Amino acid sequence: MDQSTASGGQTVGPGLALPSKLIKIVGVLTSLLLTFIGLTAITFVIGRVMPADPVLAIVGDRASQEVYDQVFLQLGLDKPIYVQYFRYLSQLVEGDLGTSIMTAQPVAEDILRFFPATLELATIATLLGIFVGIPMGVLAAVHQGRWQDHIVRVIGLIGYSAPIFWLGMVALLIFYAKLDWVAGPGRLDVFYDGIVEPVTGVLLIDAALSRDWEIFHNALSHLILPASILGTFALAYIARMTRSFMLDQLSQEYILTARVKGIPEWNVIWNHAFRNVLVQLITIIGLTYASLLEGSVLTETVFSWPGIGQYITNSLFNNDMNAVLGGTIVVGVCFVGINMLSDLLYRLVDPRVR
Amino acid sequence: MAAEQTLRGWLLAEIPESKLQARCQRIFISWLAFIRNPVAVIGLLIIVGLVGIAALAPWITSSDGLEPDLANRLLPPSSEHWFGTDGLGRDIFDRIIWGSRITLYIVALVSVIVVPIGLLIGTVAGYIGGLVDTILMRLTDIFLAFPRLILAMALVAALGPGLENAVLAIALTTWSPFARIARAEALTIRNSEFILAAQVQGVSTIGILTRHVTPLCLSSVIVRLTLDMAGIILTAAGLGFLGLGAQPPTPEWGAMISLGRQFLIDQWWVPTVPGIAILVVSLGFNLLGDGLRDVFDPKSGG
Repeated sequence: MDQSTASGGQTVGPGLALPSKLIKIVGVLTSLLLTFIGLTAITFVIGRVMPADPVLAIVGDRASQEVYDQVFLQLGLDKPIYVQYFRYLSQLVEGDLGTSIMTAQPVAEDILRFFPATLELATIATLLGIFVGIPMGVLAAVHQGRWQDHIVRVIGLIGYSAPIFWLGMVALLIFYAKLDWVAGPGRLDVFYDGIVEPVTGVLLIDAALSRDWEIFHNALSHLILPASILGTFALAYIARMTRSFMLDQLSQEYILTARVKGIPEWNVIWNHAFRNVLVQLITIIGLTYASLLEGSVLTETVFSWPGIGQYITNSLFNNDMNAVLGGTIVVGVCFVGINMLSDLLYRLVDPRVR
Repeated sequence: MAAEQTLRGWLLAEIPESKLQARCQRIFISWLAFIRNPVAVIGLLIIVGLVGIAALAPWITSSDGLEPDLANRLLPPSSEHWFGTDGLGRDIFDRIIWGSRITLYIVALVSVIVVPIGLLIGTVAGYIGGLVDTILMRLTDIFLAFPRLILAMALVAALGPGLENAVLAIALTTWSPFARIARAEALTIRNSEFILAAQVQGVSTIGILTRHVTPLCLSSVIVRLTLDMAGIILTAAGLGFLGLGAQPPTPEWGAMISLGRQFLIDQWWVPTVPGIAILVVSLGFNLLGDGLRDVFDPKSGG
């Protein structure tokens, strides 16, 4: 029973466990594939019933009937919908998401341009959630039932209950319009636009790479408010889960043993209890990150943040079907992927699940 | 038996004498546990208040909140207009009050769609098991894995913006957790003796599902529904804010924030007040849900 209890010994898998492990991996991959097919199929059907004529979108409304018919056939619109779907799927696998009407460019290229902004926003927001939420959760658990606990609970509840777009507007009103502590909507002040060579698309990294600290500072000043607003949800969720995991651990017998042995309290909390909590938090953090990637749509609208959420929203209003489909699928795949990844990571780290 | 003849005595009697009494006792004991939790009571009061306001809207308001009154545009809060007036001179207080009906409408409609679907799929999968279970749960997992807001956005775009379509889109992206919960409950019920007894008596599968399995799943589904309510309200408000939900001049709170956005800097009350309304209501549902969970499922209380 007690093979390799040492932490980090996950590479030395005993030979007997291999087939079941393999079955698990195959199982995970199958469900990933099924989810992917389900995601694309549903999005595709949604796109097909959208009130936009994909042919008109390409040829324009002044094209002759012959041109129209030709493009109609070219797009395979005369075929049954499942044939059209497989066609779309095979193009998708090759990375071809079609052409956007709005920007007249391949959707895949558009998304590559817009995605880093969302990634930047969601990453900083998640980091804020982690570095503020975890200590808050631990604090609340250690002082269970006292004022620290109540404050954390109230903050958490507000983070859960407040409409994020409203919170963003109030924050803009206070910190930008009234106090002038941060820069306003957008990613950069207009006169800094286009100076930094886009390498990664993540402005903070690009500015740091070209050692342009003025732009770095400006970008950070634009980023901090939307990231904090987006991060409130992450913070609330992570703090709440940390608290409940931590309470669970603190009531275990090994904690009592450690305390009886006279180990200092901070050591008991952070080295004994928290270490076990951290493993459980991996899944939570993954879930949060994925939901922030998606949830940034509203924040991006409020802060005019040129990310994938804005791209999808604008495409929606312009009946730009390919762009909407592509954007939804990319976000969906990231969402599913991150969730699966955190699940796998959890299996790797937690010896009980392994 | 000269039992105490008060209602309380009847509700707390050691040995219930009728089915009705037993049932009332169970509810009463849960209620006692519930009102001991002050936070949950606040949540309940908020929701009751919301329902009350929505019901009494014609008597509380002085206008229908739809007619523009351009002479009185953007007035600050005063004794005449408690929350001020919006860009078209409409009283914001009145619009908030009428908007409470829309919020309740959304919540009710989503629940009416989501709970039966979730219960049906979950109980069938859990009770019948086997291949049916695998297929249904795969389907649930696919929906569970979806990014909800974006899918709802795409759906609304396809169906056309509007309140009913927004509700439909939210429902389609919300039912999956309920199926999971119902299935988990059905799995534990499936092998109990009273189910076996019913089977032996020749009760049909449909009969067992509707009369024995579903009622026992209800309490966890309702708790989850209350907890999800805040999310539903926020998603609906978000769709309204993006212009994909209720259309003007409907006083839907999210759409009101969107319309008031241009006045944020100089007439801050126009977009802020509807936001506070959303916050209070979703807070109410969260508090109530937390309280209900503590009563019905003390194990998972956090």
